[in-house]
Amino acid sequence: MVVVGVGGPLVVDQFGLLQLTVFASMCILALSLGVVWGYGGILCFGQSAFFGLGAYTYAVTAINLGESTLAIVLSVVLPGVFAALLGYFMFYGRLSDVYLGVITLSVTLIFFNLMNSTAGDAYRIGSARLNGFNGMPSLPTFNVPGNPGRLLDPTETFYLVMALLLIVYVGLHALLASHFGRVVVAVRENETRCELLGYDVRLHKLLIFTLGGAIAGLAGSLFANWGAFVSPNVFSLGMTSQVIIWVIVGGLGTLGGPIIGCLIMQYLATELGTQQLANTSLIFGIIFLAFVLLVPRGVVPALIAVRARLSGAVRARVSGAPRTRPIA
Amino acid sequence: MDLVAVLALEMLNGIASLVLISVGLAIIFGMMRVINLAHGEFLMLGGYAAIVATNRGVNIWIAMLVVAPVVVGIIGVIAERLIIRVLYGRMIDTLLATWGLSLFFVGLVTTVFGNTVAGIGAPLGSVAVGRYNISLYRLMLVGVAAAILAAIYVVLRTTRLGLLARGTMENANMAAALGVSPPRVYAVTFGVGAALTGLAGGLLAPISGVLPTVGAAYVAKAFITVISGGTAIIAGTATAAALFGSVNQLLTYLTTPVIGEAGLLAAAILLLRVLPHGITGKLFRGSL
Repeated sequence: MVVVGVGGPLVVDQFGLLQLTVFASMCILALSLGVVWGYGGILCFGQSAFFGLGAYTYAVTAINLGESTLAIVLSVVLPGVFAALLGYFMFYGRLSDVYLGVITLSVTLIFFNLMNSTAGDAYRIGSARLNGFNGMPSLPTFNVPGNPGRLLDPTETFYLVMALLLIVYVGLHALLASHFGRVVVAVRENETRCELLGYDVRLHKLLIFTLGGAIAGLAGSLFANWGAFVSPNVFSLGMTSQVIIWVIVGGLGTLGGPIIGCLIMQYLATELGTQQLANTSLIFGIIFLAFVLLVPRGVVPALIAVRARLSGAVRARVSGAPRTRPIA
Repeated sequence: MDLVAVLALEMLNGIASLVLISVGLAIIFGMMRVINLAHGEFLMLGGYAAIVATNRGVNIWIAMLVVAPVVVGIIGVIAERLIIRVLYGRMIDTLLATWGLSLFFVGLVTTVFGNTVAGIGAPLGSVAVGRYNISLYRLMLVGVAAAILAAIYVVLRTTRLGLLARGTMENANMAAALGVSPPRVYAVTFGVGAALTGLAGGLLAPISGVLPTVGAAYVAKAFITVISGGTAIIAGTATAAALFGSVNQLLTYLTTPVIGEAGLLAAAILLLRVLPHGITGKLFRGSL
């Protein structure tokens, strides 16, 4: 990742650089679900709700202030707060896994509908018109903090996004290695036992869910900055399913997996978009089904297992999360 | 006075359409504990089946009441045999697989029919209530929703099929020991749930029209209704639909349809915070 971060601008042209920038922003989104689902054991169909909320927060704040620093901070804070609120109702209501999926899914759909219906002059926040399904065009892009006139050029933006991806990746590694991270994984493995050992299961789930929401919000602001545009499509089902496919394909219970899955599928989506033969959704559906049925652990854990078997290690231990739980 | 009558009918209508879109899911989820995220796409396919048949010259009633449920029922049984059967007991995997199935159907239908709205005119015309006109077809949907709930009750309570289904859901091993084949019961139950969903899709097609991505508009509402309803299929679906349908229509009348939908969701989240096992987890226990 560091190699790509440093060497990227030297070898690819402007278009390739922009592609790499958006891939890296999406990798941050993939990481956010990777940690919530893979380590927290919370299947969230609403990651795109936080992503979209981050994107819209960035758009509205940046237009109103004409300066991006506070907008980026807010686009992390607001989705985090919203995730905390939603998480409070879900985890303190002790809803089971499956219900979580359904609730988060409906929240995303409601956002999608709400944002689509904000067309017209009546819907504005400050001087920012929300524009409904047309989206908000020509957003101010990132500038040097404190100096709104000095905008970042594509290369600098790329460095910034790569640096943020690296910080998120390393930060999550450190967090998962800490006491808190270990408790979160323990909760995923066995909730009742953790509770009996005296840990507050609900609080740990709430915190990791909130963190995931905040990281997704960060990815959203990077995405809005990348295209200088945001539309309700960030809340769409297609967006939600993409994130889940990235994590499934890459591998649950790893941090490298979601990144690799994201890169593979983003590349594939770009290629599929250039041909007319088959619908992208059709192909994604088939890939999705194939992975759930045939490679349920995803590419990275499967590769680790294969390598372990080849090198003759008998006690091949894969850090993949058990994907099934007894029905409560 | 007229306004009150019309509003009451609107509320009944909202309740009836919630019952229609969620009853198939209530059977599949309530009896088999299978989360079918392709539920919205089953509704969409039912709508397309009815529209295509009508446009080919089939009588509109036959298209809606026979063709739609049969087509979707068959699709349901195939999906159960090929995908869901492998994943029984693995709830999260089923959920993901059916999500993949839903993407697949959306892609397939887009490829075949294109990304445009298809529709048929609603039959029956309208009747005047004071200064307002009410669509007779919408009125009829209320009756159909009630009839479906009654039919499910009768089948589950009085027929051998219903008894076998309930027995298998209660204890599959015991049912197998008594000579019932659980896989066959599952396949039939899933097929019936899918067929009812197709029927609902066909009936709703003249009102809302269909496009490949219309399933997304239904699936969340259907799941909210079923989950909030709780374990009892009929009592749960009916009470949850009554509650959310009223909230939705009242808010829609007072503000906008979108606020109405948001209100429906907010009501559901609050309800689940208070009653995590749904309405019938607390009230009407032991009913069907």
